[in-house]
Amino acid sequence: MIRFILLQNRQGKTRLAKYYVPLEESEKHKVEYEVQSTLYLPLFLPVSYSRVPDPQFSLQVHRLVVNRDAKFTNFVEFRTHKVIYRRYAGLFFSVCVDITDNELAYLECIHLFVEILDHFFSNVCELDLVFNFHKVYLILDEFILAGELQETSKRAIIERMSELEKLE
Amino acid sequence: MEQLKTIGRELAMGSQGGFGQSKEFLDLVKSIGEARSKAEEDRIVLSEIDILKRRLLEPDVPKRKMKEYIIRLVYIEMLGHDASFGYIHAVKMTHDDNLLLKRTGYLAVTLFLNEDHDLIILIVNTIQKDLRSDNYLVVCAALNAICRLINEETIPAVLPQVVDLLNHQKEAVRKKAIMALHRFHRKSPSSVSHLISNFRKRLCDNDPGVMGATLCPLFDLISEDVTSYKDLVSSFVSILKQVTERRLPKSYDYHQMPAPFIQIKLLKIMALLGSGDKSASEIMYMVLGDLFRKCDSSTNIGNAILYECIRCISCILPNPKLLEAAAEAISKFLKSDSHNLKYMGIDGLGRLIKISPDIAEQHQLAVIDCLEDPDDTLKRKTFELLYKMTKSSNVEVIVDRMIDYMISINDNHYKTEIASRCVELAEQFAPSNQWFIQIMNKVFEHAGDLVNIKVAHNLMRLIAEGFGEDDDDADSKLRLSAVESYLQIISEPKLPSLFLQVISWVLGEYGTADGKYSASYISGKLCDVADAYSSDENVKGYAVSALMKIYAFEIASGRKVDVLPECQSLIEELLASHSTDLQQRAYELQALIALDARAVESIIPLDASCEDIEVDKDLSFLNGYIQQAIESGAQPYISERERSGMFETTDYHSQDHHEVPAHALRFEAYELPKPSMPTQASTELVPVPEPSYYSDPHQPIPTSLVSERESSEIKLRLDGVKQKWGRPSYQSTTSASSTPQQSTNGTTTHSDGGAGSSSSKPRTSYESKKPEIDPEKQRLAASLFGGSSSSRTDRKSSSGGHKPAKGTANKAASIPKETPIPVQPQPDLLDFGEPTDTTVTATDPFKELEGLLDSSSHDGGGSTDVMGLYSDAAPVTTTTSVDSLLSELSDSSKGNARTYQSQTSKGPNSKEALEKDALVRQMGVNPTSQNPTLFKDLLG
Repeated sequence: MIRFILLQNRQGKTRLAKYYVPLEESEKHKVEYEVQSTLYLPLFLPVSYSRVPDPQFSLQVHRLVVNRDAKFTNFVEFRTHKVIYRRYAGLFFSVCVDITDNELAYLECIHLFVEILDHFFSNVCELDLVFNFHKVYLILDEFILAGELQETSKRAIIERMSELEKLE
Repeated sequence: MEQLKTIGRELAMGSQGGFGQSKEFLDLVKSIGEARSKAEEDRIVLSEIDILKRRLLEPDVPKRKMKEYIIRLVYIEMLGHDASFGYIHAVKMTHDDNLLLKRTGYLAVTLFLNEDHDLIILIVNTIQKDLRSDNYLVVCAALNAICRLINEETIPAVLPQVVDLLNHQKEAVRKKAIMALHRFHRKSPSSVSHLISNFRKRLCDNDPGVMGATLCPLFDLISEDVTSYKDLVSSFVSILKQVTERRLPKSYDYHQMPAPFIQIKLLKIMALLGSGDKSASEIMYMVLGDLFRKCDSSTNIGNAILYECIRCISCILPNPKLLEAAAEAISKFLKSDSHNLKYMGIDGLGRLIKISPDIAEQHQLAVIDCLEDPDDTLKRKTFELLYKMTKSSNVEVIVDRMIDYMISINDNHYKTEIASRCVELAEQFAPSNQWFIQIMNKVFEHAGDLVNIKVAHNLMRLIAEGFGEDDDDADSKLRLSAVESYLQIISEPKLPSLFLQVISWVLGEYGTADGKYSASYISGKLCDVADAYSSDENVKGYAVSALMKIYAFEIASGRKVDVLPECQSLIEELLASHSTDLQQRAYELQALIALDARAVESIIPLDASCEDIEVDKDLSFLNGYIQQAIESGAQPYISERERSGMFETTDYHSQDHHEVPAHALRFEAYELPKPSMPTQASTELVPVPEPSYYSDPHQPIPTSLVSERESSEIKLRLDGVKQKWGRPSYQSTTSASSTPQQSTNGTTTHSDGGAGSSSSKPRTSYESKKPEIDPEKQRLAASLFGGSSSSRTDRKSSSGGHKPAKGTANKAASIPKETPIPVQPQPDLLDFGEPTDTTVTATDPFKELEGLLDSSSHDGGGSTDVMGLYSDAAPVTTTTSVDSLLSELSDSSKGNARTYQSQTSKGPNSKEALEKDALVRQMGVNPTSQNPTLFKDLLG
């Protein structure tokens, strides 16, 4: 199951953030985590979650992926989960999934999402996402729902989006 | 020029999909994009928040404007700021009839609100209405919101409608309804347990999208209860077969693979169903074999399916042919240059090794390579594999490796994990005792504070019990080697506390056991430890106990004990210790030294740490004493249960128990007008004496108040008993026991008996007389001053004072938790981007893509022409004038003219590149991130 999706640029600016597990639940993990090692601070300093996704949190993810060698795997352990990330131009797409999930499949899932964006915006670039972030959210909602892949047909998603676009 | 750019971009935005936002909004996004530091960004956002707060309050905001405001709120929240002031407007927007606005409203609330947010209740009604809508887009929007916002309590409100929608004519609705039900199942399995047949039905849906979505809930259901879905095995297999035979619509193809994501989900389900089931596994063999043949191992997605096949094969009953195919796939993975594939290969190896242990041998070198790899993810995966393939023959190498790695990393989470694995392997496969002790020493030395305390206890037990064989000689050798190694290590600086505890214990127990070391030598070392770690009470405690054992053994064996001067001073120091534990240990030690050999031997027998000590839990040997005491007039013991809640000051546990409900209710009570309900239990909750505590420090107590309080208390305490006024009566209540206590108890726990409620009446009337004192303040005051006054007043009031003290303590504790959030200095977003810039530019394969991106936009619409204009302009301008949005986009260091030039010069190539890319795509080659020329097709 997908825990969250983050789109960030190389400077760590969030372009999109979608959490499928309420933060309280992730906070539970944080607490579990702290209990495990009370004496030392964990590498990922406990995030002081407010209800609003804390910028610190996304920064951690960003820090995790941004400095990795291009040759390295696209997977990083993140607390009790793992982050699958992929870089497109200056944008990092990070998906946090369960430890038992198929890494390559989610790597391709990111790519499929980018293909859908590319199709929708025709030659997508970061600027499209910056100014149309609300549309990206809508596309994402057609692609992934409740943390699971809902539709994997590019055409079906594009069709649904164009139906919505007609209303504008 | 600058202006021209701005206008150009806005035009560009305008033409891109009808982006009808105002200039204000575009300016906001632009200025955020251009912010040079996090502080600047925050400033911009804060002023935006001010603007929005004002605007949202204006009367008659046009709907279209409101929509934009809400999107701006989403943007603010996305940047990590609080936009809660505007949530209500988003909620309102969901009520709108216009689908566009409604959709925006739903989008915003799903991003803003958690399922437990108070505002959800305002949306549930709208959702119910929208689920009934004729417009399927409205229904879809509502279903999207359901997946995020409905919690356990609200599930019943929408469940019947969602179930109805499973048969909606639009496949999009059916699909989302399935996902919503899946979500309900995750939230509260019982709520949908009667609907499971619906999932089965939807598996046969005509639309492959619905079928694919149904696999998600089915996977969850099957993993919870495999047996009741065995009948579906053949269905899943036949679906998978049809998928691989390309019976699904072309649009589900991805990189030439037919519906790969559905295949993977099916394989996951089959792995569950086939595990340990011969007949089910046999049905699967065919299609799995086909998959190995059909999968295109040149694409990521093909490999993803292959990997899932390997997982499936490792779960179901093994089949030699399939194992062979899996092994072949794994060796392909391991031989690949891609780290991702190597990673999958190592993981697959770890799965198959349980079934065919020999499989790893041929990949030895590849595994070693992965172990040496600088990529931590790959390295850790490899350690996981090593952990799985550890035998007694290779344990030494593997554990050594693990320990080296453990020492080298800083990540405590993983350090803990790998340390516990080392311990586990060492315990399981240790070739010799010496080695085992050595390994444990290393683990404790480098990760001592991360290791579970159980590990330390295990180690101590192991040393005490020996390795299980009845070989006393070996056991004593083990102990000796432990003692020797500890004596070596003990003088090293900064050992972890847990390790020192183990060392102290072992030295105490066995330090002098075989006569190699003298008692004074060992006790000297122990004193050194206690001195060096004087702030660690645990270590000191262990050290003192160890000293005690050593002296005891000495006395028991008839030798004269001469306490070293440093030991003597340590004992003396501890006799006056603030820690009662240490103090007691020191006193015991002192008393023990004075005893004769026979007594000492029975107190601390030699090497008896493994003997069971029988404990008489009933303390029956005290019966005579108790009898005596009761005869001479003492009260009989009242069990904790009977007494709970009565003696709140003496019984902390029961007090805590009552704390919670009392608090929860209190908050409600404050919202009610107090005087209106004289007998309500909730109003009684404020203990009587509190107001006086409050007034105590801040203002002189009005005498009337005091007397009033006293009078009310007296009434409360002793029903019908005539009392003298004033202090003496206090004393009498202090000594009086059960009756007043009970009434106290009654009022605080809301279980008023007759006496309780009657006594509380006067109190409430008194309460209502002085409404000017805020109860919140009362509690605070009581907590601040309750302690000191408790000595003056009776027990009841002290308990009353104590209770609120807890409340404020909680508050105090929660305050620092909450406040740091805004206070925390936010790291500069831009700062850490800088160093990477310089390093990456040299080798960045993405640069070329960016070039393509910018230049390809030349042949795009008018919108992208403007972008092209930017990149043309870039070389001319200097560092500061380069539009920061653009520079982000092109992800190069600012002002790097060379980069821009190379970008522009790449322009003409883009078309060609695109053509090539299309060709590549047709051939089904998946671009990997390592290959820049292929990579462009991702966005090109």
